[in-house]
Amino acid sequence: MTQLLTPIRNALSRALAPLHAAYASLPAPVRRWTMPALLVFFFVIALLSPSFLNLYWQQILIYVGINIILTASLNLVNGYMGEFSVGHAGFMAVGAYVASIMTVWVFPRWGLREYVPYLFPLALLIGGLAAGLTSLIIAVPSFRTRGDYLAIVTLAWNMIVKSVLENVDAIGGPRGFMGMQKLTSVAWVYVWVVITIFILRNLVYSNFGRGTLSIREDEIAASLVSVDTRKVKITVFVVASFFAGIAGGLFAHIIQFINPRSFSILKSTETLVMVYLGGIGSLGGSILGATIYTVLLELLRPLQVWRWVIGPLLLVFLMIFRPRGIMGMREWRFLIPPEERPEVIDALKERIRKKRGPAVAPAASVGASE
Amino acid sequence: MPLLQIRGLTHYFGGLRAVSNFNLDLEPGELIGIIGPNGAGKTTVFNLITGVYRPTEGEILFNGHHLVGKRSDQIVSMGIARTFQTIRLFRDLSVLDNVRIARFARTRYGVPVALFRLPKYLREEAKSREQALELLDLLGLADQANWVASSLPYGLQRRLEIARALATEPRLLLLDEPAAGMNPGEIAELMELIQWIRRQFDLTIILIEHQMRVVMGICERIKVLDFGETIAEGTPAEIQNNPRVIEAYLGEEVVV
Repeated sequence: MTQLLTPIRNALSRALAPLHAAYASLPAPVRRWTMPALLVFFFVIALLSPSFLNLYWQQILIYVGINIILTASLNLVNGYMGEFSVGHAGFMAVGAYVASIMTVWVFPRWGLREYVPYLFPLALLIGGLAAGLTSLIIAVPSFRTRGDYLAIVTLAWNMIVKSVLENVDAIGGPRGFMGMQKLTSVAWVYVWVVITIFILRNLVYSNFGRGTLSIREDEIAASLVSVDTRKVKITVFVVASFFAGIAGGLFAHIIQFINPRSFSILKSTETLVMVYLGGIGSLGGSILGATIYTVLLELLRPLQVWRWVIGPLLLVFLMIFRPRGIMGMREWRFLIPPEERPEVIDALKERIRKKRGPAVAPAASVGASE
Repeated sequence: MPLLQIRGLTHYFGGLRAVSNFNLDLEPGELIGIIGPNGAGKTTVFNLITGVYRPTEGEILFNGHHLVGKRSDQIVSMGIARTFQTIRLFRDLSVLDNVRIARFARTRYGVPVALFRLPKYLREEAKSREQALELLDLLGLADQANWVASSLPYGLQRRLEIARALATEPRLLLLDEPAAGMNPGEIAELMELIQWIRRQFDLTIILIEHQMRVVMGICERIKVLDFGETIAEGTPAEIQNNPRVIEAYLGEEVVV
């Protein structure tokens, strides 16, 4: 599979080379505003999409977006931090139910029925916060120990959420919860994807992001170079769960009917497949993985129930042949903050070299020896 | 006042006594060596100081503060840094990130500031990036800043581990067999480097080492451990002629 993907990647970068060159030749202020301009441009397209895309394609785009949010956030825990969470759908469920309860019961009861479409982002936020809060309950005890504990705890968590939802009759029990308006549009999903990627990128390239990576590499060494590993783990887990909650709210307001079965282990597994397909430790990979997998499942619709075999099977093959996924540990350039790009680091290095004093450590002869 | 005071430090692994009644008074600026045969409990002493293990008995005072019961990251941010017997770099991360991770406790901004990329984040990050690069530059590693740590040659990996320890801004540096696996040329460079960082960063150093050349060459005072017990203590010259040390290393003289 590695051999299969390399020529595709090479061809892609060759095809994009002239574009890159053209971009690099632009004056700095233009380059500075290219990204924001593109984001606004695509927002306008997303806003206008109902006029030129039929409902089916709109729905696929929305699912792609929701899956990007799920995948990127789970990648934070499983890819960047190297822990193994298998209960992402549990947090999605919390977000979905809480956001739905807000738009169906709470807001109308406060006499805000006409304003529900405008209050939709608030409902999503409350759903996300609820998911983040519940994740604290998991994070605090399970991060006391090291190792594979989290996998077991999150597996149990996913099952508990599902059976609690099945047994609370007030929110429909196994029959599910309905009455949501169709508030999720391509434009809204686009906005939330951009927010998610922006915030996750900021986290990944911060002190906490580097702390997260160091936990994956060597947790004991991390704490011995002053990384507060417990704080980092809990932060990362809560942020990831928050976005799972947001994705849940968006999901509930597109299919307008949620039931506990929508958030079973199968949903968590699907998210895992997208993470490992796209590539661990890569936001670009999460975007790619979620897009490829969602579209693939749509294309395989004629296979009916059998298409659900594809996901787990893909996971098995990925783990064997390409455990780091398509983009494992690499990042698209536009997702790297400008000040972190290699050439900027090199320039800074030259500047430091020029101003440094005479005090330099005895040189090392660079010779490899083992 | 001593920088580090260790009183009656004892540690058991199950029934095995790994360290027994270890005492140490370390004055600021000293460079002392701990030697002893394999399994003598040298690394365990480092692990007890840095909070990897909690000692069965005894107390450790750093700069007047008790260390027993504190988490490793708290101890390190108080000013104790260490390197490892087998290199433990963050292998898949860049050289620069290896050093920046060690500035975790010195970089002061909260999670919300990071998530929304507020001015404070940009300021603190710029500072952290610059300080890390300056340190790499001083140690002659700046040209490799963007390299993945595992791609460095062995000698430079050792050097990076020292750079990473220095990035935590320590007052006390614990070096655990820094010369392990090095050839004679690299060992000479290492000895120069240790003496240089000691002056440059005003450090107090404890050195665990098997290479007698290193210990005898740069340490002012040496402690010898055997089966967890301190069997000798003194200047390099005293240690070299101590019969108990010779016995521990070479075995007892047997008359046939």
